[in-house]
Amino acid sequence: MTSLLNRIRARVAGEAAPDPDPLVTDLQAALAPDRVANDSAARSLLSHDASVFEGGNAGPICYPLTTDEVAHIMGIAERHGRAVVPRGAGTGLAGGAIPLGAPVVIAMTKMNHILDIDVANEIAWVEPGVINLDLTNHLRPRGYHFAPDPSSQQVCTIGGNVANNSGGPHCLAYGVTNAHVVALEVVTASGEILHLGGIEAEPPGYDLRGVFVGSEGTLGIATKVAVRLTRNRPAVRTLLLSFDSVRDAANTVSAVIAAGIVPAAMEVMDQRITVAVENYVHAGYPTDAAAVLLAEVDGLDEGIDIDADRIREIGEDNGATNVRLAADDTERALLWKGRKTAFGAIAQIAPDYYLHDTVVPRSKLADVLEQVYAIADKYELLVMNVFHAGDGNLHPLLIFDGREDGVLDRVHAAGGEIITASLDAGGVLSGEHGIGVEKQKFMDRMFTDDDLDHQNRVRKAFDPVCRSNPGKVMPTGHSCADIQQLRAVPKDIWG
Amino acid sequence: MTALLTNSDPVLAAFAEEIGADGPIAIEGKRTRWDIGGALHDSTRVLRAPAGVVEYVPEEMTVTVRAGTPVNELQAVLAADGQRTGLPERGGTVGGAIAVGHNDHRMLGRGAVRTSVLQVRYVSAEGRLVSGGGPTVKNVTGFDLPRLMAGSLGTLGCLAEFILRTNPVPAVSQWYCASDADPFLAYRAVLAPSAVLWDGAQTWAQLEGHGVDVASQAQALRAVGSFTEADAPAAPTGHRWSLRPSDLASIDGYETGAYTAVVGVGTVFAEKAQPQRRIDPAIAIVAQRVKDQYDPLGRLNPGRQVGGW
Repeated sequence: MTSLLNRIRARVAGEAAPDPDPLVTDLQAALAPDRVANDSAARSLLSHDASVFEGGNAGPICYPLTTDEVAHIMGIAERHGRAVVPRGAGTGLAGGAIPLGAPVVIAMTKMNHILDIDVANEIAWVEPGVINLDLTNHLRPRGYHFAPDPSSQQVCTIGGNVANNSGGPHCLAYGVTNAHVVALEVVTASGEILHLGGIEAEPPGYDLRGVFVGSEGTLGIATKVAVRLTRNRPAVRTLLLSFDSVRDAANTVSAVIAAGIVPAAMEVMDQRITVAVENYVHAGYPTDAAAVLLAEVDGLDEGIDIDADRIREIGEDNGATNVRLAADDTERALLWKGRKTAFGAIAQIAPDYYLHDTVVPRSKLADVLEQVYAIADKYELLVMNVFHAGDGNLHPLLIFDGREDGVLDRVHAAGGEIITASLDAGGVLSGEHGIGVEKQKFMDRMFTDDDLDHQNRVRKAFDPVCRSNPGKVMPTGHSCADIQQLRAVPKDIWG
Repeated sequence: MTALLTNSDPVLAAFAEEIGADGPIAIEGKRTRWDIGGALHDSTRVLRAPAGVVEYVPEEMTVTVRAGTPVNELQAVLAADGQRTGLPERGGTVGGAIAVGHNDHRMLGRGAVRTSVLQVRYVSAEGRLVSGGGPTVKNVTGFDLPRLMAGSLGTLGCLAEFILRTNPVPAVSQWYCASDADPFLAYRAVLAPSAVLWDGAQTWAQLEGHGVDVASQAQALRAVGSFTEADAPAAPTGHRWSLRPSDLASIDGYETGAYTAVVGVGTVFAEKAQPQRRIDPAIAIVAQRVKDQYDPLGRLNPGRQVGGW
């Protein structure tokens, strides 16, 4: 939508045409009128992401096609004293893409080309708007894939994966996004175009690439990404283990790791979520088990049989009531479909859910899960657990109906206690969703003032006036000029 | 109290006290790579970091270790429980290996130094003890200070302690050697070699994993050359070059002298030095801003520079 359209509509409605906003005029001149949206519907839509956070307030939305256009947008925003917020598919769960203070939203979804697949160096250059699963599908015929596979991989973008240092079930063996990005072209808030990292063995200088990945759009915006290609494994075995208790499943996970086996993935689902999933996709999950463990090993045929047998034995030693090996690719795909659509399955139970994301030492999984159930009981909430057990990454889902009076207060209180329980067990605030606006207030539970000050120095080195995605990650009081930036534009300026 | 907020460790506090807040300071390990990044300014106070393995949790595959610990001591502790790290063993310390950030020549099998570091503790230019990262194997909480500190040559903070990710030692580890193989075909013939080295004549490949897999992969190697079992080659030495993996195919075009190249990675250990790589001027500006943020008075490892700008 363009402001021109708005004015025509206003004229049709008999209203006086509003004066064109000079910021929007400049952005339209730099891009194209149809790639700058400023109507209230678009701004309202992009004021949200997949998180539950309200209070977003998008300014004009730009859809650049090139790095130079992104640099132009940065320059225009700077001249008009506006912050910028990068955005991919908006699937983030920590509110990282929520615009605060009517910033210019830079939606990267039209920069969605796979630029070069360089098999000789086992990398691919892609634009940030490329969809995660599209990249993997594109690579498959060449025998490669992009290893990070978040549950949202059918819609989330590589740029979003870079911003959040995204994970996924198969990051247990292969590592999260930071291990799979070798170089980046980025534009900082002041319009500098930087080339971070490199495809040579050991790029010179500080590892600014490594710091940029996971910075949630606060250091700038990635415009090209060189991702590492992971060779497809010729063979895979997927095991489904059933247990009478979540504790047995968690102990099995811990014992597998302790035995020196690093499976490609180890995912646990409790009975409530398993039943929901089974009703939803009919994947063949046992609905009478208190917990199921989906364990996958990949590699060469004979070796993975050894690992699969060992996992079966360890499971049985820890009380597995049933162990099933997926018979073929169809069964395997169905089991994974169940796991990856778990969050969609929740809709049958209640209209709303709040998905948490903390990490605990693997040996503490069982204890912390018990606390999670107790916390949910205390706040009279339904909790379901489906999580990346192999690396201790918990994802408790608090299920509720937002129309119920006061329920959100209970959800937030329970969430706070879950975070506390995870930290007390020696864990961390986030395994893969990031901090965004969700967990800023907990940062000082994990870090001292000195620690936070040192994190903020990275921010200041890239973006001295904090115009890139202000109000995120760092808690208030630790984030340089964020507060001034947000105050510079009254919340209701865009109506 | 969470694991991260325990900045009251008396050993680290004493280290911070010793570093203080004034005057040029450098931390030495074993001086195995002392010349990297330039000559240390005279009159710089040189200290050693605390040493020792603080906590090793094999079932978590993590180890907490002080920076002054010799790498071989750390590896010996881990080996007793069937584990290892990605840090190269070059006679130096853990802190030195991470400050330099160079990967082991068997990086494909052991992982990169940078991805090994889950948490870092260092003493800042202001003499304060700072923690970055976290104790778990997966963590995206806040900015990734471990990445910044790995390879920073101690120019941003005095490295004191790390939590490192460990890996299981494979059941079988075997080197193979051939003098008639195309090293690039050998690299592609096997699924996940732990190392493929090439000196222009001979190709060495290290295969690791279950015995059955190593045997079948050795067969795959033999399809591209007369590979036979061999002792581990000596760790390559010489000047370190950093090239793109694809550049190794035209390595004769570089003035390396005698060399050992790490196929699939791009590192080359050569008789002659690589011409100095200058970082992009735009990056140099940001790098200087990073340095100014962490060390505004230039007291940390003065004379040393990371990457040259």
